[in-house]
Amino acid sequence: MPQITWQKDVDAALTQSRASGKPVLLDFSAAPA
Amino acid sequence: MTAHFIPVKVHIKEQKQVFDRFGALWTPTQIVLDPDGEERHRIEGFLPVEDFLAQLELGLGKRQFQHQRFGDAERLFRSVCDEYPKSGGAPEACYWAGVAAYKNTNDPKHLGATGELLKTRYPDSEWARKASVWRH
Repeated sequence: MPQITWQKDVDAALTQSRASGKPVLLDFSAAPA
Repeated sequence: MTAHFIPVKVHIKEQKQVFDRFGALWTPTQIVLDPDGEERHRIEGFLPVEDFLAQLELGLGKRQFQHQRFGDAERLFRSVCDEYPKSGGAPEACYWAGVAAYKNTNDPKHLGATGELLKTRYPDSEWARKASVWRH
């Protein structure tokens, strides 16, 4: 399974989303990194 | 995942303000956002892989539906309904597949067929009850 590169900046992701048309998936976590 | 989404991980200890901004009440929670920041789907609590994948696709379908791309929405909902039939999201996906098909064609037979399908496959689900008014 390919590794997922998670971003941390929601607003930067939304900017990318507007450029690409892809939706953003926010994953809210409390798990240890 | 990255083929369909721009993934962002938000940790409670690092970005509590983002939890507050999107009203995340519990972890894990996943939210599908449109490029304009509008929420299209929310998943709360842990799910096994099949259920989780079904929910992600359900979210993609809702996004297409919201943008009135009913053919694409139906394809995504139908995929969940048919490919993940034992998932918790399947009854909802079957319901919305029927609605999307109706919106795409204006043919009420899709609603009737969906009501029958839900009655047969998921008779105890709330989605079967919601679709019960469509059965003839």
